[in-house]
This record gives sequence, structure tokens and C-alpha cells, in this order.
Amino acid sequence: MGRRVLITGLDTFWGGRMAQALETDPTVEMILGLGTREPKVPLERTEFVRADQTYSILNRIVRATQVDTIVHTFLETNSTQVSSRLLHEINVIGTLNLLAAAGSPGTPVQHVVVKSSTHVYGASEKDPTWFREQTRRNAPVRTQLERSLIEVESLVRDFAEDNPHLTVTVLRFANVLGSDIVTPISADLRRRLLPCIAGFDPLVQFVEEDDVVRSLEHVTRHRIPGLFNVAGAGKLPWSEVASLGGAFLLPLPPFNPRSFARPLIRLGLVQFPAEMESLLRYGRGVDTSRLIETGFTYRYSSAGAVESFARANNLRRAVGAHEPGYRYEQDVEQFFRHSPAVVRGIDG
Amino acid sequence: MGRVTPDAVEPTRTASRRAGAIEVGLVVEEPATVPPGSTSPGTVSPESAPSATVSAGTGAPDAGGPESVVPDDASPDAGPSDEEPAVRSSSTLPVAVTRSDEVPADDPRRSDVDEWGRSEHIRSIVRKVYDPMYRHWFRVEWEGLEKIPMSGGALLIANHAGAIPSDAPAIMHGIEEELGRPVYGMADYFFRTIPVVGTMWSRAGGVAAHPDNAYRLLHEQQQLALVFPEGTKGPSKSYADRYRLRRFGRGGFVEIAMRSGVPVIPIAVVGAEESMPILFRLNGLAKALKVPYFPVTANTLVFGPLGALTYFPAKIKIRVLDPITFDVEEGLERYSKSRIMDEAERIRAQLQDALHDMLRQRRSVWFG
Repeated sequence: MGRRVLITGLDTFWGGRMAQALETDPTVEMILGLGTREPKVPLERTEFVRADQTYSILNRIVRATQVDTIVHTFLETNSTQVSSRLLHEINVIGTLNLLAAAGSPGTPVQHVVVKSSTHVYGASEKDPTWFREQTRRNAPVRTQLERSLIEVESLVRDFAEDNPHLTVTVLRFANVLGSDIVTPISADLRRRLLPCIAGFDPLVQFVEEDDVVRSLEHVTRHRIPGLFNVAGAGKLPWSEVASLGGAFLLPLPPFNPRSFARPLIRLGLVQFPAEMESLLRYGRGVDTSRLIETGFTYRYSSAGAVESFARANNLRRAVGAHEPGYRYEQDVEQFFRHSPAVVRGIDG
Repeated sequence: MGRVTPDAVEPTRTASRRAGAIEVGLVVEEPATVPPGSTSPGTVSPESAPSATVSAGTGAPDAGGPESVVPDDASPDAGPSDEEPAVRSSSTLPVAVTRSDEVPADDPRRSDVDEWGRSEHIRSIVRKVYDPMYRHWFRVEWEGLEKIPMSGGALLIANHAGAIPSDAPAIMHGIEEELGRPVYGMADYFFRTIPVVGTMWSRAGGVAAHPDNAYRLLHEQQQLALVFPEGTKGPSKSYADRYRLRRFGRGGFVEIAMRSGVPVIPIAVVGAEESMPILFRLNGLAKALKVPYFPVTANTLVFGPLGALTYFPAKIKIRVLDPITFDVEEGLERYSKSRIMDEAERIRAQLQDALHDMLRQRRSVWFG
């Protein structure tokens, strides 16, 4: 019997990409995606269930589908997109309910993968140049996003402790850049205006979106337990990010830059989420040797991720943003998946 | 870890590829600079190329003064390379990985800022600007420079003095010019919080003094790191306490050297005390500005506001003492506290003796 995988956040970038990646794996027998909205990417055999993060339905789904693996990608790491209340609901309450469902007595679940972020390390002047997975955070927790992610990780830690027979994997991703993903930094680069704090040129790290999906797939496929940093090799100065990305630096005063940025944010000129402020002062680097030792190979370095974004962006500037070529339609999807008229398994 | 074989091969390959881009003749020299038997993945030292350049170019170290050494033009290529996991982690795994499409991660770096924030380009500009000051203002004189190894990691420790210490740039400049080896100056993380200064300090080779940073520099990358065990207690002392070494922290530097398996090389500096002596400190103002200390220096009395940046032309003499190795197993999480404190105290006493000896021989503050 093959793997039966549940993916949360099928409608988000990561959920969709992860489902696409798993569909090519013949050892994965069934893929089930949860989402609050329709998936945005074409999927061959993934089943979509519209569900929010409430506990009762999660518990029923886990039991009814007998999933053995849960890939929890539905964690919001872009605080500019959602209110802080919704952020808390999605990240903390969503994870709480998911883990409760996964850990209920007689659960079929054997492996839980959670997508976290290197935001949990914060950024401060006292930081080491490279954070290892076990390095303590130095910066006080000031932003809602960091608080919620730290809470999520502690929930996962407790879950792993309470369920020692389960495989639990947490991946902490550095800032993501790539051809498709939209993050505050990529939005700034697209507008050719990258905020920075005057007098600071911190070293930052990126991970390319393909490497994000590949690392999720890697730990899922090989059932690798543990906590891992995921980031491209090397670090590069913020000014170099701007020059590689073809953007101008917009210096904000070092004292209370957020308040100076606020009118610009209002006008939609820049995105400057709260957790970016300390990053733009002190930067952050994470040591990725632990994941590499499990056999994962990166395709992109940090600078390579910026370059990958820049190339996609050049194309966008030349020919315009391409329309999303796919729209989810319930009836059509149901037809292709379940109608006896469709001959399955011929083009695999 | 079972990774010894690929690692022993890998740095050579990376290094020679890089050196090939610089100058073909250097390839022969390269393997010698790669630390042997290193086992962890971060071992490819970004600066191994420039150090090889010098040993190839000058033959004998310290041949005929600093002008004959031209180490820095070759280095911009060497900066950006950190470990390159896409290339290096290929084999060695217990886990079966089906992927064969290994695309090496291309690195489109535009600057040569390395993982520590140091830029060899900016460093060479700083050297060019600072060199006249080093040569004609402080007229720095070295003694025992040959005790600093041409390759391999070492923890340099020195006494620290002057309101804005003039010893750190002098030591870093001297070693880089004479030996062609980069020196990473480790200092209080407070630097990082100051706009412009923090960035420039980092580009010019400064690293925040964090045990993890020191271990990575010394053990994994086999670099030279310079620390001042007195911390800010050294430069903040007033002129009346000159050449009296402060407490050496909690001996953290000894523990780091033990863990990294590198020698401690004490360096005694005479002259920095007189280059910017502190008359008194304004503690209330320091607290209000959130700085470690706020000095009022003799320089400000003589030069006015310019005195904040102007040193007195004291003659700086630097003596390198014998390297100290510790006969302990490296890589441990903790070492005996009493052993650490003993060693730290012993080193402190040695350094203090050397300072007294140098001061006995000094006839003039200004002419040495």
C-alpha cells in the first residue's frame, strides 16, 4: 500500500506546488488537499476538500481517509497579507487543531511535516553569523508573526514529545525568492524600490522556491525526522540583493524606520513588514549542514535565488505578467477524477 | 561522520578552480593552504587564495618590507565563495536519493563580501588609506612576527588601549601586509548597532565576538582571529591605569582556543595607550547614549572636536609572544573552568611581563 498524504493549504503557493510534486511520485497512493479556497494550480489526482482550520472536520478527515502523512504548509509567513488576528488563527489555532487531529488515539498518522520559517531566530546584534538549529534566539519577540511561529514550533515540539512513535519534521525556511512566489521582498523588488535602513547593509540569505518544494518532498519521501534549516549557500549584502534584482535602495532613517515607512506603505510604494526591520539591521544566516547531511542537494545558492527571481522578473517586464492559465472548476475536476468514462493511468 | 574522504578532496578542487581563475602558477601552491583533515562542511576558507598568492609571490615571508607584497589584487574572486553544497554534498549519503539532475548552483555574486561581511576590496582600500598612518604616524615596529603561522588557525590576543583603540587596526594591518593573511578582528557586538560604523567595521574585517563565530573562523576555516580579552574594560580605563591589564573576562578566549584546537598567540602592544589617553569618563552621558563608555580624551583638549578622530603620534611597538597550545581534546562542549581560569591568568601574567619589559626598554613615548 502506498503513502496517503494530507496537504494543508492546497490553495496556497506551497500546498499547490507540493501536491504537484507528490503527484509524480508513484509510491504516493493518495493525495488529499485542504484549502479555504480553490487550488490555483492544475492537479491531476489530488483530491480537494474545502475546509478551514476547525478541529472537528480535520479529525473526521484524518480518520476517514486514513492518511499516514500530513504536510502542513498552511502557515502564513507574510504578515502584510493578513490581519494579526487571522494570522494567529491560521498559524496557531490551525496547527493546534491539526496536531490534535493527528495525535488522537488510534490515529493512522505516522509522519508530520511542518513548514516553519527562520523568522523564529529573529535578528539582533548579539546573533552569531550562522544560526544552527539548536542556537538560542537573542532578539526579544516583538512581532506578531514571530510570536505565532514560535508558538507553532512549541506546539509541534510538544506534539513530538507526546507522540514519540511518530516522525515529526520541522523545516525552517529562509526568505524565499524565485520565479513565482510573491513575498514582501519580491514585491518590493518588482516595484524596483527596496527599503533599507540607512547606514546598515546586512547580510541576508535566501532560498529558491524550487528548493523549498524539493526539500519538503525530500523529508516527506525519506521520512526524515528532526528540525532543519533550509537556505541557499552563502549570504549576500542587502545592497547586492537590490543590484541583482534591479531595484533602487530606499534608505529609511535608522531611528524608528517603521514610522517613516508607514506613509509609503499606505501609498503602496513599498512593503515593509515589522519583522523586516531587525533583519534589515543585522541580517541573518542559518547553517544548513544538517539538512545537507541527510542527502539533500540545493540547486540554488542565496545569490542564485535572487538571480532566479531577477530573470523571471526580466521576463515579466518584457512580456507582462502572464495570466493564470488555470481555473479550478468543481464539476470538471470531479469528472476527470471519478467518472468511469475517463481512462486513468495511461499518460503516467 | 564518515565524510572525511570527500571533504579532503573537495576543498582542493574548489580552491584550485578558484585559483585557476586568478593565476595559473598558483595552483601548485593551493593544496598547502587547505587545512588537512578538516571534517565539517564549512571548511573551504574563502581567503585561502590570497594567502597562497603571497607565499607564491614573495617566496620568503617578510622579504624587504611591506611594499614588496602585493596580495590583494587577486582576491576579489575569492570573497563570495562560501561552502557550495550543491557541488560538494554529492555522494557520502546513507539515504538513497533518486535525483541525478545535479545542476551546480551558479553564483552570480557582484560583490566580494564574504559570509562575515568582510570585503577584500574594501579592506584593500582601507589598507591603502591607513598605510601612511601606520608607517609615518605610528611608525609601527614588530618583533617576533614570524611566530604567527603562515597557515592554519590561531587566536591572537592583545592588550587593548586608547579611547578609540589604535591597536586593533595596527595589528590587523601589519599582519595582512607582512604575511598576506587576513585577520578577522573580533569585537563587542555593540559595534553592529551603530549605523555606517557597524557596516564599515564589518566590511573591513570585523566580526562580532560570539563563541560560534570564533569556532567557525578558527576551527572550520583555519583563519586568524584577533580578540581583546579585556573587552571594553581595556580602552575605557583612564590614563592613570595605563599598561595595567584588566581582568581577562571569564577566560572565554581560552575555552574557544581549546575547543577549536588552535594555539593562542599573545601580542603585547606599547604606544596605543598614549595615542588617545582618557582623562576621565562621563558615565551619565554614556548611559544616556547607551554606549559602553563616553571618554573625554587629552586629544580633544589639544585638537578640539577634531580630537575625537586624531591620535597623538605615539610610537607603536608590537611584540608577538610564543604561541601557547593546550594539551586538551578539541571539540568539547565544556572544559574545566579551573583549567581555563588558570591558563587565562597565566597568559595575562605573561602579557603583563612583556609589557613591563617593553616599557623598560622604551626611552620615549614618541620615538620609542
